[in-house]
Amino acid sequence: MPNERMLMRGSQVVGEAAVRAGCRFYAGYPITPQNELPEYLASRMFEVGGTFIQGESELASINMTLGAAASGVRTMTSSASQGISLKQEAISFMCGQELPVVIVNMMRGGPGLGNIGPSGGDYFQATRGGGNGDYRTPVLAGANCQELVDITFLAFDIADKYRTPVILLGDGLIGQVAEPVVFPDFINIEKLPKKDWKLDGCLGREARAIHSQILDAQALYDHNMHLKKKYDLITANEQRWEEISTEDAEVVVVAYGTPARLAESAIEELRSEGMPVGLFRPITLWPYPLKPLRELSKRVKKIAVFEFSLGQMLEDVILSVGERAEIFFYGVPGGVITTPDDVAQFLRSINKGDAKIGLRIEV
Amino acid sequence: MNTELTFRKVFGRPETLTDAVTHYCPGCGHSIAHRLVAECIDEFGLREKTIAVPPVGCAVLAYDYFKVDMIEAPHGRGLAVATGIKRVQPDKFVFTYQGDGDLAAIGTAETIHAANRGEKLTTIYINNGIYGMTGGQMAPTTLIGMKATTAPMGRDPRLHGYPLDISRMIALCEGVVYVERCSLASVKHIKQAKKAIRKAFQCQLDELGYALVELLSPCPTNWKMSSRDAWDWTNTEMTKTYPLGVLKDTTGYEAKK
Repeated sequence: MPNERMLMRGSQVVGEAAVRAGCRFYAGYPITPQNELPEYLASRMFEVGGTFIQGESELASINMTLGAAASGVRTMTSSASQGISLKQEAISFMCGQELPVVIVNMMRGGPGLGNIGPSGGDYFQATRGGGNGDYRTPVLAGANCQELVDITFLAFDIADKYRTPVILLGDGLIGQVAEPVVFPDFINIEKLPKKDWKLDGCLGREARAIHSQILDAQALYDHNMHLKKKYDLITANEQRWEEISTEDAEVVVVAYGTPARLAESAIEELRSEGMPVGLFRPITLWPYPLKPLRELSKRVKKIAVFEFSLGQMLEDVILSVGERAEIFFYGVPGGVITTPDDVAQFLRSINKGDAKIGLRIEV
Repeated sequence: MNTELTFRKVFGRPETLTDAVTHYCPGCGHSIAHRLVAECIDEFGLREKTIAVPPVGCAVLAYDYFKVDMIEAPHGRGLAVATGIKRVQPDKFVFTYQGDGDLAAIGTAETIHAANRGEKLTTIYINNGIYGMTGGQMAPTTLIGMKATTAPMGRDPRLHGYPLDISRMIALCEGVVYVERCSLASVKHIKQAKKAIRKAFQCQLDELGYALVELLSPCPTNWKMSSRDAWDWTNTEMTKTYPLGVLKDTTGYEAKK
């Protein structure tokens, strides 16, 4: 029954949205806090005639999705933080091989095993490329369960359109929290653009190979420049962000994912106190909405960066804002749950200029 | 008297092989193994429904030699990639071609678990007891006493552990229907190897489960031997650690005959 309101956890929402977006192959390995996703798909994939495999490791799982992607099916794998570290080898390969796949990371505290609390500690890994070589992966982050539906559909579309791995970046909180969501109808898989590059046996055509190894220096140069062109195109076409109450704001919070949601609550409270605060929320973390944030920074006095890590997205904000506005930073390391009140304290401190919470960043 | 000559083709290149000159060294087993695999693909009429997964190692460029669809897997992950392909396209013929570094060291986990799941896949496993492409380093399969660039005094079990007979480990897995070890180092052995590869293909075509053929393969370059000596050494020395023969067969093919 489509379009019915359902109460589901964030990880399950991604699973159902993936199935409706045409995903028919999933492989993953258990790790908290995202186990609800493979558990959901273990039966759901069976119901829709797809394939679910619990691999013997994150390495095996993502390589199964590599094979499935080369076969032309929409495919997904998921994990959390250190499991995503293990997947980096295959992500690099799939960027070189230009294979579309969606990779979900419900981030947990690190480094190493850390803990199972929510985190933003993998921002660099996701946006800078955690594997070897000169590549980029589009990274999408949602702030509530309904948005997870939208960005899951979007992730599969971007992956197919540009033949690239796409990372869906959530955290232990959005993955576990249950909210009412409405799903769109199932897409018609038959109507998706044909993948004329897929491997299905060379019946009636020349045999072809998909590989990232290119030994000839000029050919590898050409391949890298081809990828660069693609990344430039993605940067031009796919930037997404949301602005809340920025029209008259003097202080604008920049935050994504769960921290953005906490910030939104704090902003409501501060607005009721008469403080002109707004929110700039990147939805694509790569490509980062650099120009929109730059434009905004020309007309606000203060930019307040809030993230679940100790200065990762901050670097993109500095690149966007430069010296156009004062930049303040409040970072909470992964694995700790903060409240809207903490964010409100940070913003009040900026407003007063007492610098009790957070840091003023010298650019 | 009829002076007109008539010609009959008695030997040729399999349709599945390209006419590329391979990069393999003289005396290497890869080119023989490639030919045997290609002959079997031709004989079963599988060329246009095959998707193959070559390894990282000397055979990494196999896609230049086979006229079938191929996908590169990261080192050791061949059977995970093949699993993804075969589950999505169960009507296709999917095989991995892997060396001992790929299959028995870095890819041990992917190999054992794909076998144990009983994936309907076929593996051609080339065992030459050494890392070829990287220049002669010790492999998990290197024989005791055998010299390698990273075991210059020869493999010492106290330092390096023992040669890994991964085919026997694979044979223990329930999902596996057929494992045979053959040699590529004499005409007689090559003929037996071809029979084994045919049978391993048949296992997949009949959807029985996982099958693997290990091929002891000479590496004259890194063994620092002549081709002739490398062939002899394969059959006299390697077979002491890796005895030839069927390690597992639950196919019932012979009984049916």
